[in-house]
Amino acid sequence: MGKKMGDQTIAFLNKPRIVGNYSIVGKKEGCGPFKDYFHYILKDDLFGESSFEHAERKMLEQAIGCSIKNAGMNINDVDLIVGGDLLNQIISTSFTARYFDRPFLGIYGACSTMAESLAIGATFVDGKYLNNVVCATGTHFSTAERQYRFPLELGNQRPPTSQWTVTGAGSTVLRLADEGHMITKATLGKVTDYGIKDANNMGAAMAPAAMSTLISHFKDTKTSPDDYDLILTGDLGKLGSEILMDLMEHNGYKLGKNYNDCGQMMYNNNQKTFQGGSGCGCSAAIFNSFILKKLDEGVYKNVLYAATGALLSTLSTQQGDSIPGICHAVVIERDSKVGE
Amino acid sequence: MNKEKHFSRNEQYNVYVESKIPKTKDFPTLIWAFLVGGLICVIGQGISDILMLIVPTMGIEEANTWMLIILIFVASFLTGIGVYDRIGVFAGAGSIVPITGFSNSITSPAIEFKKEGIIFGLCVKMFSVAGPVIVSGLVISFVTGIIYLLF
Repeated sequence: MGKKMGDQTIAFLNKPRIVGNYSIVGKKEGCGPFKDYFHYILKDDLFGESSFEHAERKMLEQAIGCSIKNAGMNINDVDLIVGGDLLNQIISTSFTARYFDRPFLGIYGACSTMAESLAIGATFVDGKYLNNVVCATGTHFSTAERQYRFPLELGNQRPPTSQWTVTGAGSTVLRLADEGHMITKATLGKVTDYGIKDANNMGAAMAPAAMSTLISHFKDTKTSPDDYDLILTGDLGKLGSEILMDLMEHNGYKLGKNYNDCGQMMYNNNQKTFQGGSGCGCSAAIFNSFILKKLDEGVYKNVLYAATGALLSTLSTQQGDSIPGICHAVVIERDSKVGE
Repeated sequence: MNKEKHFSRNEQYNVYVESKIPKTKDFPTLIWAFLVGGLICVIGQGISDILMLIVPTMGIEEANTWMLIILIFVASFLTGIGVYDRIGVFAGAGSIVPITGFSNSITSPAIEFKKEGIIFGLCVKMFSVAGPVIVSGLVISFVTGIIYLLF
């Protein structure tokens, strides 16, 4: 059996395992429904630093460092760090990587970065090119806000379609081991653009990309939505998930109760985020806390994690371009030895 | 897929999305904007009345100038302590349109970009939100001046 399945999917025959993980979130996220699952919750959004950019780096540093520790390793055992973030020239991740003094691949997949880094990391590990790969990403509400939108203290109103960038980071360590949940497949997404131009409606811009990747995944692997205990999209938000469900149904795939979206899960309704969370940190934090925990407990046996990203910049929006989206999916299967 | 097909697909999708998106509730937002905007104006009137009462020699124009300075300072101060943006969340245009909103739109980028330095951060970015208002104000007053000169 070859390692490539169908058109866009890779099968990892050696089954890279998740041997370490860590999640860290901001204060607001720490008041949400998953507050008991995150490894660390910031007491204030500056995290003792002089700027929000530095706070974002410090979160990433802690996430990467502690995930390596959780994997029972030393920093020198790490062969590669793969990661990215939302800031221009992905400064948060690359600036953080200089502290670790290990090989680093910086990637940009907007909010799909966690799934993209897992797919890349798993490929290196599965091919036995590298032993230990760290996949990490993170975002900060205040840094994203100033880059993409308005100053924090400006008294403007957010439109009802907008989402709230999550302050958070997540890191996962992959290795060929005897124990740990396995990454068994990855579907690499295509850039999909259905002509949405409203930068305040990212859910609608990314939903077609999620649809494209999910349909390709089901076709390539000859599975259906019912074969998974959980299908989890990255940060489509409430509106985006509704659109995705409509789009999928239109194409003959019904997403039922086993479908959810990290964006709409992240906050309580009374936290006034409108459509929910967004940003790399959104799905990275939930994946590295709640999802892996539930796999440990055996609530889920296999999860299709499809992180979505909107590949826009302020410049492209101002020039009137539409917003291309991307979605990468990975399948995580439970190791029944864990948690027993 | 050819471009035309793309275009019609995108058009259909945009129409569909437009029908799905939640709309801003007009009535409550209008009421809040009216109440808060009105309140700011009442406070302004109050300040200028009190000023004229305290200093009887002060004319109405001078009193209004002082009133504007006071309102600008208060809005700037409220922005600095992180209160003004919270008013803006429910007041909308009510707190943007009065001069206090203009003050907020200059103070907030000034605070935000101070970390990038006094000159390239604070001074350059200070007018990033209010800039268009100043430019259109200048252009309109120039045009008005020309019209006034001719007729």
